[in-house]
Amino acid sequence: MDPKAVHGFVGNKLSFSEVTPRDGIRMAAEMAAEDVVAIIGASGLRGRGGAGFPTGKKWEFARSQEGSSKYIICNADEGEPGTFKDRLILTDFPELVFAGMAIAGRAVGAEFGILYLRAEYGWLREHLDAALERCRAANTLGNNILGASDFSFDISIRMGSGAYVCGEETALLESLEGRRGDARNRIPFPVQAGYLGKPTVVNNVETLAWVPCIMVKGPSWFAAMGTRKAPGAWLFCVSGDCKRPGIYEYPFGTSLRQILSDVGAENAKAVQVGGASGTCVPPAQFDRTMTPGDLATGGSIIVFGAGQDMFAVAENFQHFFCDESCGQCIPCRLGNQRMLEAIGKMRKDGLTVDGERNVRQLAQTMTVASKCGLGQMSARAFLSILNNFSGELPGHV
Amino acid sequence: MDSELITVTIDGKEVKVIPGTTVLEAARTAGIHIPTLCHHDDLCSEALYQQTASTPHQGEHSHQHEESAMLSTPSSCRICLVEVEGLPRLHASCALPIHNAMTVRTTSTAIRHARRDILELMMSEHYGDCFACARNGTCELQKLCADYGVTSERFGRPHEPLFEKSAPGNIIVRDQNKCILCRRCVRMCALYQGVYALTTEGRGDHSRIATFMGKEMKDAACINCGQCINRCPTGALTERDDTESVWHAIEDPDKMVVIQTAPAPRAAIGEMFGCEPGTPLTFQMNTALRRVGFDKVFDTNFSADLTIMEEGSELISRLYKALVLKDNTAALPQFTSCSPGWIKFIEHFYPQYLPNLSSAKSPQQMMGAVLKTYFAEKNGWDPSKIVSVSLMPCTAKKFESARPEMDASGYRDVDYALTTRELGRMFKQAGIELPKLDKSPFDDPFGTPTGSGVIFGATGGVMEAALRTVLEIVTGEKIESLFDHADIKPVRGFDGVRMAEVTIGKVGPVPEILSHLVPDFEWLKGVTVRVGLAHGTVNAIRVMKDIEEGGPLSKCHFIEFMACPGGCLGGGGQPIPTDREIRAARAKAIYSEDATYVVRKSHENEDVLRIYREFFKEGPCSHKSHELLHTHYKERV
Repeated sequence: MDPKAVHGFVGNKLSFSEVTPRDGIRMAAEMAAEDVVAIIGASGLRGRGGAGFPTGKKWEFARSQEGSSKYIICNADEGEPGTFKDRLILTDFPELVFAGMAIAGRAVGAEFGILYLRAEYGWLREHLDAALERCRAANTLGNNILGASDFSFDISIRMGSGAYVCGEETALLESLEGRRGDARNRIPFPVQAGYLGKPTVVNNVETLAWVPCIMVKGPSWFAAMGTRKAPGAWLFCVSGDCKRPGIYEYPFGTSLRQILSDVGAENAKAVQVGGASGTCVPPAQFDRTMTPGDLATGGSIIVFGAGQDMFAVAENFQHFFCDESCGQCIPCRLGNQRMLEAIGKMRKDGLTVDGERNVRQLAQTMTVASKCGLGQMSARAFLSILNNFSGELPGHV
Repeated sequence: MDSELITVTIDGKEVKVIPGTTVLEAARTAGIHIPTLCHHDDLCSEALYQQTASTPHQGEHSHQHEESAMLSTPSSCRICLVEVEGLPRLHASCALPIHNAMTVRTTSTAIRHARRDILELMMSEHYGDCFACARNGTCELQKLCADYGVTSERFGRPHEPLFEKSAPGNIIVRDQNKCILCRRCVRMCALYQGVYALTTEGRGDHSRIATFMGKEMKDAACINCGQCINRCPTGALTERDDTESVWHAIEDPDKMVVIQTAPAPRAAIGEMFGCEPGTPLTFQMNTALRRVGFDKVFDTNFSADLTIMEEGSELISRLYKALVLKDNTAALPQFTSCSPGWIKFIEHFYPQYLPNLSSAKSPQQMMGAVLKTYFAEKNGWDPSKIVSVSLMPCTAKKFESARPEMDASGYRDVDYALTTRELGRMFKQAGIELPKLDKSPFDDPFGTPTGSGVIFGATGGVMEAALRTVLEIVTGEKIESLFDHADIKPVRGFDGVRMAEVTIGKVGPVPEILSHLVPDFEWLKGVTVRVGLAHGTVNAIRVMKDIEEGGPLSKCHFIEFMACPGGCLGGGGQPIPTDREIRAARAKAIYSEDATYVVRKSHENEDVLRIYREFFKEGPCSHKSHELLHTHYKERV
């Protein structure tokens, strides 16, 4: 299948199209590892998977770990509902991603990378393998990359098996090692003991694609795109009730209203920012900005038009989490099931004082007690809908 | 740096700990109790490290990582949550290692609410009434619900079963309606037993503990060791309850109901009656058994000694075959055969080594065979009317007693094998306060208490008993001249795999009883007898791998295997809970009992010598003993 056949609309010019991956690798090859880490650190690049951890810091942790076996993992298990930017990047800019992985390898002292590809993206495999071959032929992967005697790095592609939770980095590592995708305890962190117990950097596809761009154009170019607190730009996947769904690049600090206007969704009733584990924003808050401190995002923007039943939306998200919890910890596995039942009851019978107290308490427990980000985030969408749209429930006065 | 202690403050108390200590462990050091469910002391990393330490086989790198990944606690129940100053959310203290100074709170409104919610969530898919549950009173979930005041049903309760119960015929009975998915069973089965009969299957709301292809436990590659039952916090795993059948037999005036009791339950059954672990109640139990209505109470130590005679003679024969006749079918090292969990394990996973297994039946089966032949004849009892019951620390004994080949006398050797837990319940049903009873002896003709039989209950015990007898017979000298007080300490202890060796200096004449097996012992002069020991079948795997690779264990002559950690005293049928400290206390009871007995060597047991004079006249490993006291094994898938 031709990957371009499932392309999707690109709404504005992407920075990725302006950079030659090879140039980024060359710069890294000519630099000391700590300088590469310093450049990425100075750019203020944060993880694009959703958690937003500073990439430079992550690399520095991994770099400072002893031992020669380290790994770079590209998390291409793009599964957050409403995200499809990683698919576009892998389709149009795979060499940029591989260059980012090689540069990360250079920075932390890893010689081996794995791209963990979402099961549903299996049709991209051939395309990516071909791109890998091109990189090897061009010596931007392999031994002594671009002639640097101390720079060797290669990448293999491994397939996911269809579990959303495997986008969570520790569950991803379990999956890579051949076990069921259960989240691990987060001490030690993957940078300390990750894949096969070795120091491991897990970065999102987009994060890695930005890396060679920052190498080539410099950290100040990147930082200048966003705000002082949130430097850089981000790819947004816009879907739902809008005229021009697709992929848009915006600098941090862009308001939601601006985006809605660009995509033709001025009359939206609500916008889900950050996918199923994100928050639902009502029109009164459309002036909020896309910034880690404000509307944190994994890149997903789902627009809901006037005709949508917001508690049906909540129920749909909760159903997703019931299916996709790894099933390990009680607050997530059972919390989501009971939450789903509560939403169903609420839609049928309306909201009682006791009912509301119970679901809020349950949501609190899921948030503070769950083992990984999946459970910690899974009540968010519902809570924001409850906070902003409770008027839609039956019997509401 | 790393060896420096770190100071943590827990609920205002300062504790100094080694880096890497978990908050849960640190809190315990400070005397602060944090509730747990998915945590088990046997499954914390330190215990697991000890369990697999000092093994000759170190394994390849990836195997070690595989284990270390399994070692880490799943922290799945989230009951042990605590607050850590400066960190958002709550954190599972069982999975939070201390690497920097930190301030921890183990109780607050947020923590209490979270714990109560978690318990209520568990109850929201918990079907079954506490009063109708085998774990009523020993259930960890029940206790926590009481502690945290779970009185409401905010998240609902199932009104009908969500899962079907195990089909009849299972020894390990599962009731998933009571399962909280803590995975203690899965980890125990994998990490201590290496069996992997249980696993976690499915995602999200389809998550459950499962067997391969959803098979019933009886059809799965399960060794019936019952270690999963012993680790289950709830009633999701229990053994088949045979007490009702035994009560019926006792009530039947036409039946003679006899019971044999193994050594390990005696050191543990008191735990069900409020005694400290390691309180031996051997002779109080005899009184209780008679009160319950058993017609005869026999000591399995008798048949343990008989086992040593048969198994020891078999070893001498194999050594003669290998060393003198140079016959390479001798199948050395000889493996012990008294642990039925181990037997099923080797039948499933290492069938190519079945010839190495001693053909001697286990003490339970030997006693059963002798009861319905020798004893019946001697006392004029009709063997068809004898109901042979055993008290065992073991769930696999139920399987062993039901093996079709165990009926050489024409009758089942053993009709019912009860676990310590089952008998404890029978005593309670009979209103017996066990620790308060007077002592009474075992019945003749199998009543001589012997130390060699008692120590069968601990890992290394069979080997020690065998060595006491074999070395004394071969050298013609008292074992005390080699080992103080006949305590063969090198084979004792709890290391997962152990080895020991003894060089035979002088040899004596072949005693009459063995004269049909070897002409003399001259060929053993100067021979170094090497023995090995393993307990917990994951350590059996280590031994088998070492043998396959031609390692030190392949040079052994005799290896003792016990399926359960700690040997029978840690058996899957023993009182719950069981952990390292409890096993150590039980072992202490067993070894101190051994030390008090006058007869401590199997070949000096007068009852054993009598049965060879009166019944197995041709001696050990002869035609008649082979017929009744030996068996065979089969490959299983």
